[in-house]
Amino acid sequence: MNAVATLGARTLGVLRSFGHAAVFFIELLRATPAALRRFGLVVTQIHAIGNLSLLIIVASGMAVGFVLALQMYYALVTYGATESLGLIVNLSLVRELGPVVAALLYAGRAGTSLTAEIGLMKAGEQIAAMEMMAIDPRSRVLAPRFIGGVVSMPLLAILFSAVGILCAYVVAVLLIGVDAGNFWSIMQSRVDVWRDVGNGIVKSFVFGIICTAVALYQGYETEATPEGVAYATTRTVVISSLAVLGMDFVLTALMFSTA
Amino acid sequence: MTKKGIETLVGLFVLLGLAGLVFLSLKAANLGTFSTRDGYTVTARFDNIGGLKPRSPVRSAGVTVGRVTSITLDSKTFQGLVTMELDKSVQFPRDSSAKILTSGLLGDQYIGIEPGAEEKNLAAGDVIKQTQSAVVLENLIGQFLFSKAAEGGTAPAASAPAGGKK
Repeated sequence: MNAVATLGARTLGVLRSFGHAAVFFIELLRATPAALRRFGLVVTQIHAIGNLSLLIIVASGMAVGFVLALQMYYALVTYGATESLGLIVNLSLVRELGPVVAALLYAGRAGTSLTAEIGLMKAGEQIAAMEMMAIDPRSRVLAPRFIGGVVSMPLLAILFSAVGILCAYVVAVLLIGVDAGNFWSIMQSRVDVWRDVGNGIVKSFVFGIICTAVALYQGYETEATPEGVAYATTRTVVISSLAVLGMDFVLTALMFSTA
Repeated sequence: MTKKGIETLVGLFVLLGLAGLVFLSLKAANLGTFSTRDGYTVTARFDNIGGLKPRSPVRSAGVTVGRVTSITLDSKTFQGLVTMELDKSVQFPRDSSAKILTSGLLGDQYIGIEPGAEEKNLAAGDVIKQTQSAVVLENLIGQFLFSKAAEGGTAPAASAPAGGKK
């Protein structure tokens, strides 16, 4: 009997936390139009989230492009199909690796800083002070960060893919000696703008919403202690990463199941 | 940092992202190959289209002169009805023939157009009458086995296990 009660309590607890997060998300969306009116705040957040993540995104894109091109070359040279190198690198970056790896890096680089910042605001009772002054912390603190994240994420994913493809070009054409014309033309004949590039951008947009909302929620609901903030920051990375990977499978199944 | 400086940096970031998007769609995908020149559509019926897909290239002498726009099944003749758009600057005689070919051993399939000799040219909406279907590997192997069996003459095919009569 006790076990049944425990199970029931667990279930209710999980449902309650889901409902709590959903209500938080809806209130966040509701606060978004008000934040758009104070666009200066959004610009500052895009700088903090997007511009400052640029270096790690571009560096990782370069590394992934170089490595993919080198490894695929060793596999493809057996079949005399080295011209398809560009196609393989392009499709894997634009469809999967670009959005997913950029989102994971984003969760690690920007998500954690959002959580820690808002968590410390809460620990320092700045959020309570804002409420005292009748300023809605959702539209003043959370919504600009949310918009900044959602705008930055697709741009970062696009740059990740573009840099990766350029680096694959450097390896394939300049180092290995694949014909440059074939490298680009096979890519152009097989990669579709809407199906491949467009769906990749839709993916990164969804990941941007997920990662930013998780980071903001964890920061806003943190326990107002040093351990609480540390724990919330860790959870931001874990939950965002798992959500991105899971959602990526769902989106891939929806988008590319027929192609 | 001043507000102006931050705004400039954000503007640069957004511009960089848009430049990446332009690069991805024009250089690394097929947006650049969509020609704005208008073409004319012709159709052809094939007994078997093999692995032909919409947007497969149409080539003549190896030069891409158009794209397949749609593939449907003709419900009367039960043939594949392939609609293709050819570049306006390229004109073919009316008795040209269309073949479904494969680029390389395992490559993509495309339509090869072999020009005929008639004076009149194909116009929009015309049908290419002489067609040759895609080569289906199973049929090819089947034909090969049949011709081998015919060479062997009297060997009963059903009762012969692997390497039965050599």
